[in-house]
Amino acid sequence: METVLFILFALGSIISAILVITTPAPINSALYLVVTFFCLAGFYVLLAAPLLAALQIIVYAGAVLVLIIFVIMLLNLQKIEEKTAPAWKSLGIIITLLFLGMGFMIVAMSTSLLGPMMQTPAGFGKVATIGELLFTKYLYPFEVVSVLLLLAIIGAVALIRKQEPE
Amino acid sequence: MDSYAAQIVGILPEILLIVTAIFAILLDLLSKKEERSWVATISLVGFIGSGIVSVFLWNRVGFVFSGMVAADNFTAVFRILFCFIGAITVLVSPEYLRERKIRLGEYYPILLITVFAMMVMVSAADLLLFFLGLETMSIALYVLACLDRRDSRSTEAALKYFILGAFSTAFLLYGIALIYAQTGSTSYAEIMTALIVLPLEVVTVAGVGLLLIGFAFKVAAVPFHFWSPDVYQGAPTPITAFMSVGPKAAAFVALIRVFTISLESLADIWTGAVFVIAVLTMTLGNVVALRQQNIKRMLAYSSIAHAGYLLVGIVAGGPRAIAATSFYLVAYALMNLGAFTVAMLMNRRGEGDYQLDDYRGAGFAHPLLGVTMAIFMFSLAGIPPTAGFFGKLYLFSAAVEKGYILLVVIAVLNSAVAAYYYLRIIVLMYMTRAEHEMAAVPSFGGYTLTLVVTSVLVLLIGSLPGGLLNLLLAALP
Repeated sequence: METVLFILFALGSIISAILVITTPAPINSALYLVVTFFCLAGFYVLLAAPLLAALQIIVYAGAVLVLIIFVIMLLNLQKIEEKTAPAWKSLGIIITLLFLGMGFMIVAMSTSLLGPMMQTPAGFGKVATIGELLFTKYLYPFEVVSVLLLLAIIGAVALIRKQEPE
Repeated sequence: MDSYAAQIVGILPEILLIVTAIFAILLDLLSKKEERSWVATISLVGFIGSGIVSVFLWNRVGFVFSGMVAADNFTAVFRILFCFIGAITVLVSPEYLRERKIRLGEYYPILLITVFAMMVMVSAADLLLFFLGLETMSIALYVLACLDRRDSRSTEAALKYFILGAFSTAFLLYGIALIYAQTGSTSYAEIMTALIVLPLEVVTVAGVGLLLIGFAFKVAAVPFHFWSPDVYQGAPTPITAFMSVGPKAAAFVALIRVFTISLESLADIWTGAVFVIAVLTMTLGNVVALRQQNIKRMLAYSSIAHAGYLLVGIVAGGPRAIAATSFYLVAYALMNLGAFTVAMLMNRRGEGDYQLDDYRGAGFAHPLLGVTMAIFMFSLAGIPPTAGFFGKLYLFSAAVEKGYILLVVIAVLNSAVAAYYYLRIIVLMYMTRAEHEMAAVPSFGGYTLTLVVTSVLVLLIGSLPGGLLNLLLAALP
């Protein structure tokens, strides 16, 4: 059952990810991106991390995607014309295939990746466990993230506000 | 570790910077337009205060926040250096911002947060925290590079920087994920012990390779340097000066911590790659710098070349080489900040194009600029008695000790090539006649102070280098 689901999610995420970058219309790209995010959430469920799966759907498939679609609609983006020279395109495909080959080689040569799955400790992936870790072991990184968010707000305001009159 | 107090004290310099940043934002928001110059003063006080606190944290060695933060002397040294760089950037900024009509309300708080993030990077003892510091620093730099929005080059530079930076972050993160998959930990110390025990896996090697690519992007090493000349040229000049020394130093210190400490047992694997990157970086940087007519671009390529020299120290490894690399980072910060300040002042003809031709005859027209620029150029070229000379000397002798003769020969040849374009500026300043009427240079106290402080420190370290080196040797993690 798990294997079947895994293959389903894997195929779904790869196909939709390819469609994201090959579809000419931006709005269709955005919709395929939703499919990719849902498939990723599926992986998290399979990996015994239900909270992460829920966050993935709420934050990415929900909030981020809505923003992207809003921007596409506001800018009224139409189909994008192909401008890349075919030579560059084929170069890109060759490099991608090389990376794929390298990835396969790494997986095939490694013994630990194909070995038995590690047992997860009790309480793994539960909201309570993650919350406790955030406020004990990972307290400082948690606080640094808050600075990062503050910076994002200031930065966004700095970039969009009107210039001062000459 | 006793109680919360000790933990808080361990990150007090960072806390001070953040408090100052928030205070600066509020001050800008609540004060009238003419009173806003206070924001610069407050930021300066914040940097100085944080630097002083860092000095007092010397020898209070320890890990705080469940081993996440290494509040050791090595961290203290770079906290002080970063506060110094931040303070200098604040000193040279107000006049430039006023002239280019850049709003300063966000500028200083973002600068404070950047320095905070750099401190997080160097004090991190965990890949997760290091990554957060790096991300915070990078995002702050994207915004800072873009602040001169009337200039389309500034926007272009920021966009390039953002896209390539995000791309490189993906490599870094993938590398971290693979190493985590193998060792089951993100803590530097635990990774080190795990790697000694574990059999060598292809996945680990792939992870180390991806980490190396990510770092190479951040320190602008060849072949991942393409962004840096455009970004350096397009960004507001005080930010270029800051970027070329601060974030680069932070990335190098993190590189030292990750590679020469936690990945030490894999040194045989990555040394070869770093060797090649070092040779390519210094050669390409110096050769391309020869042909530049724009001083900002020339200093950008020179900055690439200096990253190559610094990588020599990483290849060599061992306490002496790491101390020498740190020494070089300090020396480089001083001389490059100074050189960029002169470049900023010399660009007075209004076109904003920073041409080398502007330097013709400048030595006699502006005595202070001429003398200090000569000191910085001698130091960048590595001529005694300057800090740059001893930086190179310590770095290369540490590499020779470890038997990397070929690498040092290439590095020394490169220094000879580099001397040509550094000394050309001095020749232009003192041995040619000006083609144009020299424009007046504004007499702003911050510029003079910066030039005097940096040039005196370059000469001081150049005449008494032993003190700083011993200090750094004592501070090694």
